[in-house]
Amino acid sequence: MPRTVIDPITRIEGHMRVEVEHTDHVVRDAWSTGTMFRGIELILDGRDPREAWVIAQRACGVCTHVHAISSVRAMEDALGIVIPPNARIVRNLLSGSQFVHDHVIHFYHLHALDWVDVMAALSADPAATAELCSRTNVGWPKNSAAYFGEVRARLQGFVDSGQLGPFGGGYWGHPAYTLSPEADLLLVAHYLEALEWQRDFIRVHAILGGKNPHPQTYAVGGMAITLAPDAPSGVNNATLTQMDDLLTAGREFVDKVLVPDVALVASHYKDQWAALGAGPGNLLSYGDFPEGDTGADSFFLPRGRIVGRDLGAALPVDQAAIAETVAHSWYSYTDGDETLKHPSVGETRPRYTGPRPPYESITSIKYSWLKAPRYEGAVYEVGPLARLAVAYAAGVEEAREATDRFLNRADLRATDLFSTLGRVAARAVETQLLAARLPVWLRSLRDNMARGDLRVSDNTKWDPATWPAAATGWGATEAPRGSLGHWVSIADGKIAAYQLVVPTTWNGSPRDAAGRRGAWEQALLTTPLADPERPVEVLRTLHSFDPCMACAVHVHDPASGASVTVRIG
Amino acid sequence: MTRRGSGLTQDPARDTAGATIDTGRAPAEPPSVAALLERDGVGRRSFLQWCGFIAGVLALPADPFGERIAHALTTQPRLPVLWLNGQDCNGNIEGFLRASDPTPSELVLDRLSIDYVELLMAPSGTAAENQRADTIARFAGRYVLVVEGSVPTAGDGAFCCIGGKAFTQVVEEAAGDALAVIGVGSCAFDGGLPAARGGVTGAVGIREFLSGSGKTIITLPGCPMNVDNLTATLVHYLTFGTWPELDELGRPEFAYGSCVHELCDRRRHYRAGRFVLEWGDEGHQQGWCLLKMGCLGPGTPANCPTARFNSGTSWPVASGAPCLGCTRPKFWDNLSRAFPAAPASSSSSSSSQGT
Repeated sequence: MPRTVIDPITRIEGHMRVEVEHTDHVVRDAWSTGTMFRGIELILDGRDPREAWVIAQRACGVCTHVHAISSVRAMEDALGIVIPPNARIVRNLLSGSQFVHDHVIHFYHLHALDWVDVMAALSADPAATAELCSRTNVGWPKNSAAYFGEVRARLQGFVDSGQLGPFGGGYWGHPAYTLSPEADLLLVAHYLEALEWQRDFIRVHAILGGKNPHPQTYAVGGMAITLAPDAPSGVNNATLTQMDDLLTAGREFVDKVLVPDVALVASHYKDQWAALGAGPGNLLSYGDFPEGDTGADSFFLPRGRIVGRDLGAALPVDQAAIAETVAHSWYSYTDGDETLKHPSVGETRPRYTGPRPPYESITSIKYSWLKAPRYEGAVYEVGPLARLAVAYAAGVEEAREATDRFLNRADLRATDLFSTLGRVAARAVETQLLAARLPVWLRSLRDNMARGDLRVSDNTKWDPATWPAAATGWGATEAPRGSLGHWVSIADGKIAAYQLVVPTTWNGSPRDAAGRRGAWEQALLTTPLADPERPVEVLRTLHSFDPCMACAVHVHDPASGASVTVRIG
Repeated sequence: MTRRGSGLTQDPARDTAGATIDTGRAPAEPPSVAALLERDGVGRRSFLQWCGFIAGVLALPADPFGERIAHALTTQPRLPVLWLNGQDCNGNIEGFLRASDPTPSELVLDRLSIDYVELLMAPSGTAAENQRADTIARFAGRYVLVVEGSVPTAGDGAFCCIGGKAFTQVVEEAAGDALAVIGVGSCAFDGGLPAARGGVTGAVGIREFLSGSGKTIITLPGCPMNVDNLTATLVHYLTFGTWPELDELGRPEFAYGSCVHELCDRRRHYRAGRFVLEWGDEGHQQGWCLLKMGCLGPGTPANCPTARFNSGTSWPVASGAPCLGCTRPKFWDNLSRAFPAAPASSSSSSSSQGT
């Protein structure tokens, strides 16, 4: 069977390779490979638990907040710290704005070029594009024939210059692109607008975190943030207003540009792409965005599982049911690579058995730096689709309304959500939900401050001398790409074991001991492939998961000394 | 160490294969930025303001250098850039997208020609690799190579592969004909996190990896780097035809010539002996000095307090968090200094750091 290699997979975070076998222009089998390893696990070993978030945060510079939050949560769980309400709200604001920012970048800059033929936009009629915009993006001011004429001229300038930059070498003219030239031009214009929008919107992170990427104000116990109505910098009355303005403008872009644009793409491509890319049909969400001190019960997006595509029930999640195998990963287990190990007792010895570079193809039994996490042994998908489906099944009113509204607008059914386009749609709906929720959280922060509650941290456990000799914790977070967990063991004030199980390890895992493919390996089966040299259809399904490869899982097993668990995913 | 004529560029038939657009004319002479500005209707005034801003970052007076920068930028063709990611987290290319002025789309599409950047580029696989090869061949000696992340030299290079090639080979092939190499972020600076204590991949920074190559190698440490410093470095070249003055570690003096503590907004509190002693205490609320909470501003070379981040919105100390010293060599192995057990225990050791 012919095999096609796609490496590098671009418009993702990190380093990834996919090999597919195909006949009759249809993908019959797929192997996904993470091709980069950093060994962060060894670097965390023996460190002060209070600085672990800085290191863990560097797992990813795209979803540049989620590992920091997971890390401090793991420590707070281990040490029994309950953070003050202001810290909880500030973290929600950081997380929520991260989601909105990341999802917008994903759609326009990492995914849209799979659906939009940039060069076809050159033949669009600007007046007709403006007319389309007025129907699609109702109330969005950047809309006139002159405006779209300028965008088209700018694009023409690239082509004429022969310097196409990031658009060079795209699969333009591929038969899979079927939008009208006017829709192409509309989406190219919004690609450019989104590039400017994201730069402005994420200033919320700069206010709350000092900078983005890699905000810097986390602390075990709360937030290391200057916060007072009259503070000279940090969070004060002026920056509260500034954030309110940023969030308002952000929400307007999401409501009037992102969501309608995704609906435009979804309704156009639905006949084929709402029936492809289904994935395993089991969905997992840890849930997140606590709105009180009662843990998972107070989450805005609930914790739960969907099994077998049944949206009728959200089943409970027990983290003890999570385990990983390395049967097809470049690691070894002392008691057999097929064993399923819970993260808290996991071990891995990185052992590369792939081909020596440079290589053409990877046909070895082990073929990835990613491990294979499973829940009760089964393959699960994580991410926006999982969160939305769980919220839908759990009866979260805002989620049901927003989902039904979108489905109606794009002429989709609820069952269509289990598809390539369903993932894209769920991400847009989630963006809308969070863009609407962020101002609510900001108001509660302002109210607290106005009442004189300026606490940002519980400092009673700051000094390691106050800690027990040994403690273990779990920090669960929803990242834009899905469920993220950090497991930590602390002994004598130092990290004795640390492990991350990250979203892309769930979605992009290789096969397990039973030979079950990972989520997107499954989703790629039956994908059409009109031209194996230009595999845009494969990219559509892969990008619908929003792969993020650099997030690395790291465990150190103190019992065996040299034994370490490492995962990239 | 660098090799020319590698596999990527051997086949002349592939040299234009990646540019699938037949424009019906030869792409030999790209238009100048001036032509692009005129086409785009970018106001001359706002452009001059931006040139003055960049002059300021470069520690040059806006008069006459703003005008001179403007002249250079309006007569130079777009600079081709290859952006490679090795052992990294993409934090620097994301930081690049937070450019304040020029805006991200202007920077990515109008001022520069970023011909290879995995985070953004349309094609994948062979078509993506062809883009890299085409620029190396077509703009030999005239393109800038940006490297983000460290280079893993252990294990035959298997710790990071792109297109089946070890990253070591990819960098060597791209560096050979580069006009200059710019290492962005702390991992490209000196190996960064993968090279920290306990790392096993043989990670090194770009200066060490290309040592002996004779290349101009500029480093912009920071986790991530400040995009304004990258912009200013590139503008300096386009304006004067030379790279800015560098220190012995390849860091531009304009950005790394002063230490954070010297430039810090909170320094007057340091002088007055007003220190934050606990997260959220009165001093923290009033923006006092963070030295006793572990701040490594003294001795950390960077212009964070003046350049700030995200369109000048803030920087970590302004938001209330200590400087972690991320522009220093081997900062990951000194990180624990930023996490003193309690303020009291840090006061004696830190009192000698400041000025």
